[in-house]
Amino acid sequence: MTFRKTAILAAATSVMAMSAAYADTVKMAFIDPLSGPMGPSGEAAYTSFILAAEHINANGGVNGNEIEVTGYDNKINPKESLVQLQKAIDDGARYIFQGNGSSVAAALIEAVNKHNARNPGEEVIFFNYAAVTPAFTNELCSFWHFRFDAHADMKMAAITDWIAKRDDIKSVYLIGQDYVFGQAVASAAEEQLKEKRPDIEIVGNELHPLAKVKDFTPYIQKIISSGADAVITGNWGADMQLLMKAAAENGSDVPYLTFYGGSKGAVSSLGEGGVGLLYQVTEGITNLDADDEQYALIEEYKERFPDYDYYYHRAFNAMEMFVKAAEEAGSVDPIPVAKAMEGLTIDHAYGQATMRAEDHQMQQPLFISTVSDDVKYGVDNIELGWALVEGGTIDMASAEQPTTCEMERPE
Amino acid sequence: MTDTTVQDLAPSSAQKFRQRTLPFLILAAILVAIPMTGPSRTFYTIAHQMGINVVFALSYNMILGKGGLLSFGHAVYFGLGGYLAVHAMGWIEEEAGLWGAFPVFFLPIVGFAGGALAGAIIGWPSTRKAGTTFAMISLGVAELIFAAAFMFDSFFGGEQGISGDRMNGTQMFGLSLGPIDDVYWFIAFWMFVGILGMWAFTRTPLGRLSEATRDNAQRVQFIGYNPQKVRYLVFIFAGGFAGLAGGMAAVNYEIFTPDALSLVPSGFVLIMAYVGGIAYFVGPIMGAILLTYMQSMLSDFTEAWLLYLGMLFIVIVMFAPRGLAGIVFGFLDGFRSDDRGAFLKSWFTTLAGGFLMLIGLIILVEVSVRWSNGYGEVYEPFGMHLSHTNPLTWILFLVATVAGIALTYFANRDKEGAA
Amino acid sequence: METLVFGLLNGVSYGLLLFMLSSGLTLIFSMMGVLNFAHASFYMLGAYFAFTLSGISSFWIALFIAPVLVGLVGAVVERYGLRKVHANGHVAELLFTFGLAYLIEEVVKIVYGKTAVDYKIPDLLNFAAFQVYGASFPAYRLFIIVIAVGMLIGLWYLLKRTRAGLIIQAALTHPHMVGHLGHNVPLIFMMVFGIGCALAGLAGVMAGNIFVTDPAMAVQMGPIVFVVVVVGGIGSLEGAFVASLVIGLLQNLAVGINASFADIFGFIGLSELSEVGRISISSLAPVLPFLLLVLILIFRPQGLMGEKEL
Repeated sequence: MTFRKTAILAAATSVMAMSAAYADTVKMAFIDPLSGPMGPSGEAAYTSFILAAEHINANGGVNGNEIEVTGYDNKINPKESLVQLQKAIDDGARYIFQGNGSSVAAALIEAVNKHNARNPGEEVIFFNYAAVTPAFTNELCSFWHFRFDAHADMKMAAITDWIAKRDDIKSVYLIGQDYVFGQAVASAAEEQLKEKRPDIEIVGNELHPLAKVKDFTPYIQKIISSGADAVITGNWGADMQLLMKAAAENGSDVPYLTFYGGSKGAVSSLGEGGVGLLYQVTEGITNLDADDEQYALIEEYKERFPDYDYYYHRAFNAMEMFVKAAEEAGSVDPIPVAKAMEGLTIDHAYGQATMRAEDHQMQQPLFISTVSDDVKYGVDNIELGWALVEGGTIDMASAEQPTTCEMERPE
Repeated sequence: MTDTTVQDLAPSSAQKFRQRTLPFLILAAILVAIPMTGPSRTFYTIAHQMGINVVFALSYNMILGKGGLLSFGHAVYFGLGGYLAVHAMGWIEEEAGLWGAFPVFFLPIVGFAGGALAGAIIGWPSTRKAGTTFAMISLGVAELIFAAAFMFDSFFGGEQGISGDRMNGTQMFGLSLGPIDDVYWFIAFWMFVGILGMWAFTRTPLGRLSEATRDNAQRVQFIGYNPQKVRYLVFIFAGGFAGLAGGMAAVNYEIFTPDALSLVPSGFVLIMAYVGGIAYFVGPIMGAILLTYMQSMLSDFTEAWLLYLGMLFIVIVMFAPRGLAGIVFGFLDGFRSDDRGAFLKSWFTTLAGGFLMLIGLIILVEVSVRWSNGYGEVYEPFGMHLSHTNPLTWILFLVATVAGIALTYFANRDKEGAA
Repeated sequence: METLVFGLLNGVSYGLLLFMLSSGLTLIFSMMGVLNFAHASFYMLGAYFAFTLSGISSFWIALFIAPVLVGLVGAVVERYGLRKVHANGHVAELLFTFGLAYLIEEVVKIVYGKTAVDYKIPDLLNFAAFQVYGASFPAYRLFIIVIAVGMLIGLWYLLKRTRAGLIIQAALTHPHMVGHLGHNVPLIFMMVFGIGCALAGLAGVMAGNIFVTDPAMAVQMGPIVFVVVVVGGIGSLEGAFVASLVIGLLQNLAVGINASFADIFGFIGLSELSEVGRISISSLAPVLPFLLLVLILIFRPQGLMGEKEL
């Protein structure tokens, strides 16, 4: 993409005065889909990293070095991602960002582990900003992998915590995509609900094939006739949008608690029908109370990238944590930075976040929000936006999950 | 008894050498020479992908170009062969049974077996008919297998797939297969074997019969062969070679995910083979090299690479139906013809015209994409500032496009005049 | 009981939507032998055109104008693209439409943006028609049924009862003979392609607002259309109609069946915990059409109501 080059150029010229002071460039590679059907979800995150890097560079960079984020289009294909990874490494990148698709993340974790073992002195760190399969910070955990998003079980803990507080919810319906992730979400929901609210009945546990269903109406009518008081789904992409559209159209009026309700276009495709229907769990939403600096950032993002909304707050967290770790380590080299990052805490706009040393899983407060027409910032360029629900703040400790990780660290 | 001597139509041994042996010697020489130039790891990575795709596209052309069977599900055999190879890689690591002694270097053989077995099972019902029936069955089967891939985690590993480590088992030829330049020899070896094997296949009676069945199944039946059986056998071999490519991919990437079985790679292999030219043996090789490069590198330059890819097919299908190989051989034939001057003039005029139209197209697409994104960035080739409000943009676009169309028109008018 | 009622209602409305989408392809496929991979792209164009038109005028105007526009685009594609490629055989035609699908998707992205547009159901039809077992049946779905049935009747009348329809049918089987009789066969082909695309466009107008109108909608609908056409049988509009309904009903009714393979085949010892036993019928619903496709092609290659084999 030439876009990234010009964006960096613009960033560079805007801080022309200080650019002479930079000692060197820290190259970071963003490997995610930037074209095709999944292109927009990659680009929304990519633009966030670009903006975060610009802000850091404007403040003097990291240890006097300039950050350069370069996009590599992996077409959301695991094999193609490995090709792009090699390109990124050869271009001098030592830090990799990726998030779309657990299949890609799994392939990259494997590849980074092998690369680092086979090429000592040339280590690469993988910053995972959105792939939420719990295994990545459990049995598959790696010293070279850091996750900035809450994983599926943590998000589920937030959802079940909220449900536990709601006495009016007596029965829950689970619907998800029929593959590892969807199955993991369903079993986590069952387990946690049993523990927190044994009286809740799970009236349905439905799995449908991934990205094959065109019309969710029959599923919705199953949900309605089951009499469920709430629905939990880990669906993403078209499966999430079509599910919600069918729910709104068929007059389902219970909360749909989703992981990915905040995806681009979901709110606008539902319109008013989404109010009180669509819920999501995230590490932050634009309509939370924050300082003016955060509001300015949200507005700057919207102005620069009018197609997208400020959604990837964790992209900014990841960058902030990287800068802090590099400053503590006094270096921008991967191993010292990775070691400094372990156990590091940052204060961000919506609370604190700590990188747990045992498994490299970010611990942070989570928020349950729903679509509302009474908000400061709308999404998808309409009036509707996300508002925190009552009791929707889940503190860091409640969302925390144990880990089975036994990490091997380099000397 | 007449005294007319029978003219010997068989190729002389010099022709045999030039047409059969020489190309393979050149290929081997190129493969040996590449590492001497000290290429980067990125180059190796792309080259490995090309090697895999060359074998995959050639295997596809065994059924499309040589057999006349259009398949939308060829990646199934690539994927199943590859999956079996990745599992075998795991068995080697665990030293399960005799696997401990099996060298990773020979995993493509396992892939071949897997692909051929899958071809034998799926091919049985689907090759009974040719034509559209076959094409539609392949589409249905591909969708079914892809859906099954997410249901049977023990074999397919769910979304995350199955991964392995190639640095286990017996080493062959002193290659640990760890560093990327070790893997190069592995890929080069198997690509050479694959190309040689599939070329040799075209020389076998079965290979010849396959072409005959494509052209006229009824006549094949008249001379006593069963076209269904011919199609079935060819299909098994094509599946096997696709599995061989899958085995190469298994060792190269050390991971296989269900994406490898989906309709996307199945469509991509069709495109590679067709763009290269299905009527020529080397066609799919050319197509695989060009499209692999486009897939991995073009996205660095433009986010609209899929648009260019779509246009490439359309242009090839409409104006060069014999593919890239057709263009190259057409040029060589024209170059050797008596009227070389006129041919070259017309050829280069067309080329210049096409080039100008391409410039016009690129300006249009790049400016539109930036306008559509609304990030306020501007297309700046060679330091020019081409925004959508700049008249220069539209002047350049119009001049290039009109001049290009005019040049091509004149080149073709000359050609028609000469004919 | 309620599962059955829901399954029937939804099956019929979804099936008829499929019929709208695939009837055009049946026409094109049976008359011209073209496996039009871009057919779903014309469906997408219909939705986007309707979005634009209903923005500047109203849904009701879009309902008539958008399919016509899509039909015109289709006719242009046939005249300046497909016709030239025709001489190079069916694979070339197919690849042409393959490339066209990419082209349309990317152009739509440039013009309308990469993410979903807000194409809404008209207010006039945005209410619940009736309630069954607590779930409401949207009026818009009834409207889809009405439009689809109207389209079927119109199309059937055009093909079987008018002179133009007779010529089209004749051109299907004996293009040279029709040509010798003085009819312009290429023009007929162009019109058939245009009408086929317009029908896909109409499906897009109807479906874009109950599903999501975004650049990926064509890819999602692509393969299922072929299933309908092939299962129905080549050259048979009635077949496509029956196949659409069968597939619509099959998918919707299967969703209601919670039984797993272990429940059904438990008597031969299939365990609930094994990978095969775990699979439930409802989770298989969306892939059933492809199973049907393969079985039909193996055991009845002419399709449900086809007049000739593929």
